Amino acid sequence: MKALDFEKPIYDLQEKIDELRQLAASTDMDLQSDIDAIEARADMLKAQIYASLTPGQIIQIARHPNRPNTLALANLLCSDFVELKGDRCFRDDPSIVGGVGTLGQYRVMIIGHQKGSDTKEKIRRNFGMPHPEGYRKALRLMKMADKFGMPIVTFVDTPGAYPGKEAEERGQAEAIAKNLKEMTGLCVPVVSVVIGEGGSGGALGIAVSNRILMLEYAVYSVISPEGCASILFRDASRAEYAAEKLKITAQDVVDLGIADRILPEPLGGAHHDWQVVSETIAAALADELDRLSALSREAVKADRYQKFRSFGRYKDTAIQAVSALPSAKSSKSSKKKL
Amino acid sequence: MSILDWFTKDDARNSRYEERLNIPGDLWAQCPQCKEAIYLKTLASNFRVCDCHYHFRLSPEERIQMIFDDGSFSEIDTTLEAVDFLKFADTEPYSDRLKKAKKKTKHADAIVIGMATLHQLPVNIGVMDFGFMGGSMGSVVGEKIARIIEHAIHNKFPLIIFTSSGGARMQEGIMSLMQMAKTSAALQQLSEVSVPYISVLCDPTTGGTSASFAMLGDVNIAEPGALISFAGPRVIEQTIRQKLPKGFQRSEFLLEKGMLDRVVHRRDMRNILTTLIRLLNPHTTKKDVV
Repeated sequence: MKALDFEKPIYDLQEKIDELRQLAASTDMDLQSDIDAIEARADMLKAQIYASLTPGQIIQIARHPNRPNTLALANLLCSDFVELKGDRCFRDDPSIVGGVGTLGQYRVMIIGHQKGSDTKEKIRRNFGMPHPEGYRKALRLMKMADKFGMPIVTFVDTPGAYPGKEAEERGQAEAIAKNLKEMTGLCVPVVSVVIGEGGSGGALGIAVSNRILMLEYAVYSVISPEGCASILFRDASRAEYAAEKLKITAQDVVDLGIADRILPEPLGGAHHDWQVVSETIAAALADELDRLSALSREAVKADRYQKFRSFGRYKDTAIQAVSALPSAKSSKSSKKKL
Repeated sequence: MSILDWFTKDDARNSRYEERLNIPGDLWAQCPQCKEAIYLKTLASNFRVCDCHYHFRLSPEERIQMIFDDGSFSEIDTTLEAVDFLKFADTEPYSDRLKKAKKKTKHADAIVIGMATLHQLPVNIGVMDFGFMGGSMGSVVGEKIARIIEHAIHNKFPLIIFTSSGGARMQEGIMSLMQMAKTSAALQQLSEVSVPYISVLCDPTTGGTSASFAMLGDVNIAEPGALISFAGPRVIEQTIRQKLPKGFQRSEFLLEKGMLDRVVHRRDMRNILTTLIRLLNPHTTKKDVV
């Protein structure tokens, strides 16, 4: 397992413990009390480190190469998952995967980004950065789900939509925009889980949902901290600071009223135990789908619209004025001729 | 020597010329494309388009005055203002940036919305202002777009939005990203009541703006030479480590790739828009057409 910078002390202690164990096995010395002591220290250190992670460190966990991915989760969640491919226009984009399966008592459509695990697969899947055809495939599958009355679950895990030449030529902006619009029109429940990186429009393109859940160490951001640092601070080395300012952690996104719920991860992150993570996700999805399935098709759609319509923080100076002058009407007082 | 050389600031000799001639510096503008100096009055009478077809960026006032019936525009929701709810600061605090932008543009944020008429046909309009923090979309821009769409849903008059925006406003973090979904969601509602929406993409329309309401017009029109993209050219060049060909991501390129219906010169915009809304709007009554 790849150790992250800030986890090094934990892994160093673990190494010591392993050494002692080997020593104990090869000799007759009783080292158990020493091993216990170091293990206790390692547990304490773990608890300390993971309790006070900075946003910059959380991003590293969110990007961990061994984090559970969409296809793995789909197969853990559904014993009968069948992957479906292609956008019927240009090609199959392996950066976004999708398919059907049974989740508890529901037939579901699962769609998500897929980054790839080894180098070869990462390249094939373009590191989870979709081209327009990925979004078009996702929309095709969502429309199919809508037609057959299947709830949709999306797993978000992408650095962003691919900023490449062909992606632009084939209409990256249009593909994402269309998904944002058409997802609002779906009459089946849509639940999104940000499982790793929620990278900007590339993430949102499959996440206009009734409910947005986030794994504990997942992040969701308008721009990568690196991108933000190089554009706004003109200094890519200030990514750590940008990560703080942008408010991208699960807790931040819940506090801003955008994500609905945080799903706890095993100590140290989801990559330590996929089974536990999939059980947590399965239970949360069952909850959400039970609640949403009780609504009519129109109500499901309206629920999603109202959620997104409410996003935004601003002030209306007329309304403040109105509170002082109860007779004035805000809509009239705010009109002005040019 | 071209006339332009007279105004080269770093040339001490030429600046003395200017002093001697006592020409006020704001009578000419330099075309960023062909580099010619253009007399401002000529530029104004030519829809602020250079002879080389470069379309200068416009303030919302200039655009409204050029395209819609004289004095027909009435602005709504002028009182919505941005809030620095993340206490965001990059090289400058967001709140200071807002103050400066308000002072510079005399607008509360990067879009004005309201009602106007086009050859007497009523329309709902939104006009973005690149001068206000690069036309970036934060909560106020998103809210105003959603509101003008809701007006259109209510009054059934066509909607025309002129975009000019670098994308989402990073200073509002994830909330600005959500404005992409909010505006697109409102457009879905507009589609359902069959009110036409014409998106006019002006220079530049990129990032979160192009990847939401700007690309969702029933008809997408662009001004010539506008940069229209999801990722900016510099980001792409860094990603693929290649120079992009000339004209990549310009209006004419998008037209060729099938992303736009038309590229329209500014002088023809008023007439094209009028014809389109006349033809498309199923809610137009006979009385309106006369």
